[in-house]
Amino acid sequence: MKPAITLEGISKSFPGVRALSDVSLALYPGSVTALIGENGAGKSTLVKILTGIYQPDAGVIRLADVETAFPTALAAARAGVTAIHQETVLFDELSVAENIFLGHAPRNRFGFIDWKKLNADAAALLHRAGADFDPTIRLRDLGIAKKHLVAIARALSVDARVVIMDEPTAALSHKEIHELYALIERLKADGKAILFISHKFDEIFRIADRYTVFRDGTMVGEGLIVDVSQDDLVRMMVGRAVGSVYPKKEVAIGEPVLTVSGYRHPTEFEDINFELRRGEILGFYGLVGAGRSEFMQSLIGITRPSAGAVKLDGQVLVIRSPAEAIRAGIVYVPEERGRQGAIIGMPIFQNVTLPSLSHTSRSGFLKLANEFALAREYTSRLDLRAASLDQDVGTLSGGNQQKVVIAKWLATRPKVIILDEPTKGIDIGSKAAVHAFMSELAAEGLSVIMVSSEIPEIMGMSDRVIVMREGRIAGRFGRAELTAEKLVRAAAGIETQSNGRAA
Amino acid sequence: MMAKLLKNREILLVVAIVALVALIALRFPAFVTPASFARVYNDTSILIILALGQMAVILTRCIDLSMAANLALSGMVAAMLNTAFPGLPIPLVILVAMALGCLLGMINGTLVWKLNIPPIVVTLGTLTIYRGLIFLLTDGKWINAHEMSDAFKALPRLGLAGVPVLSWLSLLMIALMFLVMSRTPLGRAFYAVGGNPHAAVYTGIDVGRTRFFAYCLSGTLAGLSGYLWVSRYAVAYVDIAAGFELDIIAACVIGGISIAGGIGSVAGAVLGALFLGVIKNALPVINISPFAQMAISGTVIIIAVAVNARAEKRKGRVILRKAEAV
Amino acid sequence: MTDAHLSPRNIPDRLQGRGARILKSWESLLLVVAIAIFLGNSLASPYFLDPWNLSDATFNFTEKAMIAFAMALVIISGEIDLSVASIIALASTAMGYAVQLGVDTPALVAIGLGVGLICGMVNGLLITGLGLPSIVVTIGTMSLFRGLSFIVLGDQAFTGYPESFAWFGQGYFWWVFSFEFTLFVLLAVIYGVLLHKTNFGRAVYAIGNNQTAALFSGVRVARVKFILFLLTGLMAGLASICLTSRLGSTRPSIALGWELEVVTMVVLGGVNILGGSGTIPGVVLAALIMGMVTFGFGLLNVPGIVMSIFIGLLLISVIALPILWQRARRRLAH
Repeated sequence: MKPAITLEGISKSFPGVRALSDVSLALYPGSVTALIGENGAGKSTLVKILTGIYQPDAGVIRLADVETAFPTALAAARAGVTAIHQETVLFDELSVAENIFLGHAPRNRFGFIDWKKLNADAAALLHRAGADFDPTIRLRDLGIAKKHLVAIARALSVDARVVIMDEPTAALSHKEIHELYALIERLKADGKAILFISHKFDEIFRIADRYTVFRDGTMVGEGLIVDVSQDDLVRMMVGRAVGSVYPKKEVAIGEPVLTVSGYRHPTEFEDINFELRRGEILGFYGLVGAGRSEFMQSLIGITRPSAGAVKLDGQVLVIRSPAEAIRAGIVYVPEERGRQGAIIGMPIFQNVTLPSLSHTSRSGFLKLANEFALAREYTSRLDLRAASLDQDVGTLSGGNQQKVVIAKWLATRPKVIILDEPTKGIDIGSKAAVHAFMSELAAEGLSVIMVSSEIPEIMGMSDRVIVMREGRIAGRFGRAELTAEKLVRAAAGIETQSNGRAA
Repeated sequence: MMAKLLKNREILLVVAIVALVALIALRFPAFVTPASFARVYNDTSILIILALGQMAVILTRCIDLSMAANLALSGMVAAMLNTAFPGLPIPLVILVAMALGCLLGMINGTLVWKLNIPPIVVTLGTLTIYRGLIFLLTDGKWINAHEMSDAFKALPRLGLAGVPVLSWLSLLMIALMFLVMSRTPLGRAFYAVGGNPHAAVYTGIDVGRTRFFAYCLSGTLAGLSGYLWVSRYAVAYVDIAAGFELDIIAACVIGGISIAGGIGSVAGAVLGALFLGVIKNALPVINISPFAQMAISGTVIIIAVAVNARAEKRKGRVILRKAEAV
Repeated sequence: MTDAHLSPRNIPDRLQGRGARILKSWESLLLVVAIAIFLGNSLASPYFLDPWNLSDATFNFTEKAMIAFAMALVIISGEIDLSVASIIALASTAMGYAVQLGVDTPALVAIGLGVGLICGMVNGLLITGLGLPSIVVTIGTMSLFRGLSFIVLGDQAFTGYPESFAWFGQGYFWWVFSFEFTLFVLLAVIYGVLLHKTNFGRAVYAIGNNQTAALFSGVRVARVKFILFLLTGLMAGLASICLTSRLGSTRPSIALGWELEVVTMVVLGGVNILGGSGTIPGVVLAALIMGMVTFGFGLLNVPGIVMSIFIGLLLISVIALPILWQRARRRLAH
């Protein structure tokens, strides 16, 4: 069988970063190839090259044996390469039908957009994607899962030879995922070549025929799915065995530090009650969108809860802003590093000292020597790799940016630190540094809340785990009784029939 | 329900205009006659045409502060052309004004597209340059009514089925813009580029080029308005329509066109301009000093942006599901 | 990844010395331009180097520069205030109105500053309280403030300011140094310290680079922005006192179009219009450049409007040239 499209010797660098070096990939018609790799392994860069967003520095793209190039996204689309993206790259203000056909809308004989045909065609495509809703409604009025189906319908609307699915199931419900599998089977039967990017191994083994593994911008393995085991793939991804990665120390857990009772919000969460003790790492597990980040942000005053009380060291606290939270000793290391964490455009030391300026300055005037001293202390504790402390944070890799962000909040000397997905999208080395450091902090008596969607991380690092689902606490587990299955069941709401529905 | 929500902005504006007119009518019924309406519309025509161009630019997350200066320069060139060659057919003069306007718009567009200079800086710069060029062309001299040919001055006033050509032209532009915005890929690209520029790239839309075309459009409409302004008021000098760029933006803001891009409609731009037009024409009728107009439109802009902001506010994600809905 | 090869510990504070940083800065380029214009002017006109002439020349930028300092902070924080010229008009109208009631000079100053503060407060409340985009709000208040002035004055003018009031716009502090120029220098120092040496200034940069992250880091974003709009209002009030005193009369069209000149001055000074970066020394140099160009053109009898073409070209080219230069260099490197 001849590949529908092949990439050979593709390299791509950005200022200071070698994103891909000499990678190859072949996609075959009627077959699903899983692209596997950690965040930052170069998967998105490859997708962007395939779809004409980026131009490779070296290497060739062959479309059915003919050497070609995708200078623009349009060129890639015309060649029949289409992608369903991780972030729903669609337009909230336009109608569903238009989202499907933007860029290649049917025209009438005067060259104007033919709305009647557009809507009819869109309805047909939606039907094929297993989504029977009105194509004339605006996208902003759809939920995230339906938006995803629109993206899939869009991919079907071009006569694609190659379909790229970038984590297509991330936002879908159980039922929708099964409909997606059926759709993929149909696409396979139509002879499309599918590139399937996913972090979920069950999914990969369920629908992929072939695999390609990336690590740090290089291709480290490829072959048929039937020939490998899950462990093989994990080993290829991380470059070592997984077992001993988590450096969790056994710590004597102290008295309660933070007590949260009756926290609720009209649309995001309710009934949140828990205690956090000194030296404890409390894991918060749940699916994406379970309300964990929303709850944590209400704890530091970004949003206001409608009811509930917080006690810190026995004192009742009212926190109306992050500034007050920091002063009280509760800090939150946000999930979205680029948007909420790092201040790109400012030097490392200024990032680190921003919440601590009241300590490093004198009567409102900056003291640079103090700032550098504080920044040096915390960045070296986190093993930051950088050329100098006055370097722009934006020039660092994701992992090192995360170290700066964590250093920033630690430098305030908090009592409670909340880490929201602390290792999302960072390289293995930085991940280990963050985990080691987290463990060290707990040993020093800091109380840690770790929000994570990665089961190994939750199981490897937590003393206790709270599982959230749809804005409520769905389970609590001690370290001894933790199993991956229990976590998944609680997070997904799968319970045994006899149990009924517990409140 | 969503369709209702979307139409909301325009309907709200219609209601506001009707309420305004009704309020005036309570004490001055003479204001509410077809002839009076036609007069108000005719008087607002130029603002409508300009607001349509500005709308396209704002939709793409840009802004064109140079429209009034473009209008003044194109208008001046049209007037100079007319005085130098009185025999030149007026349609040709209009075409020259539009072509010049388009060229000036292209300059803005190129700077935004090719050099990635923030639109507000570009058009702030070209605003002073374009107006300065008028001075260089004329040495600060005025072109007065008697220097212009009769045909030049008469065209906008010429009645066609009882309606002046000026009104017809603005109606034509509304129709054309409606067609462009709703039935051409370019029009939809304006929405896409402003709504989500990142995603627009993925759908094969060139963001910079789309913005360039938006500026061409606003420039061309400014050029047309240049001729209309100069012929209607029968005078051309450096400072005509000075500060009018803000009225144009005000019309758009009142019309619900989001300064953040991606949201807005032809109907909104037209209604926003009409709202300002009604106020301007009503003031003398209800014996309020015309000097109050500026303060009133300022207040209206602030109210409009506050109302729009509330309408645009994203619906919070509902995570919490009630027990029955799994 | 990228920085893995760098040594893990003992990260130096800075790679470049102070000298190298200053040499490579935008401000050094501005300084060179300023010196070139200064020399050009002295060669072009024999009258330029006279101290009293130079002193006269300062009047055409000092008032705008006062506002530009506060505007620089507003723009660095990622916002903009287009209503400043209208605040001048309203403050001037209020002072003119007060004069008709027989108010004395100290009270006039208080009125000018007070009106400026109130206008700034209105902007600040609309922007930080209701969360509206500053560009639209200040286009609105720009119309509103000047509109109020038009309602009061129509096509009339206020005159008859007390003699002691004239000192602010016409008086000299010492020798050739006018009150306005002295105030300009003083404010340059104050704003320079505020932006570059205080926690407040750091917060302004943080907000301009990433407002959300700044909020998460405990910066009181709304409060800082509110203060910035108050400051701009106050500076516009101050500029209004100086300008009214210098002109000796108030018309509603006073300072028309100044908002654009002030923004131009700030952008020319190297402040990023999108927020996040810029310095007060840059704005000071930009003010001097614009002032000298205006004055030099004046000596050469070039009309003011031609001068504005020059400023417009300058505004676009100072942003375009570095971009083109970088592109050319990249092309050569390949």
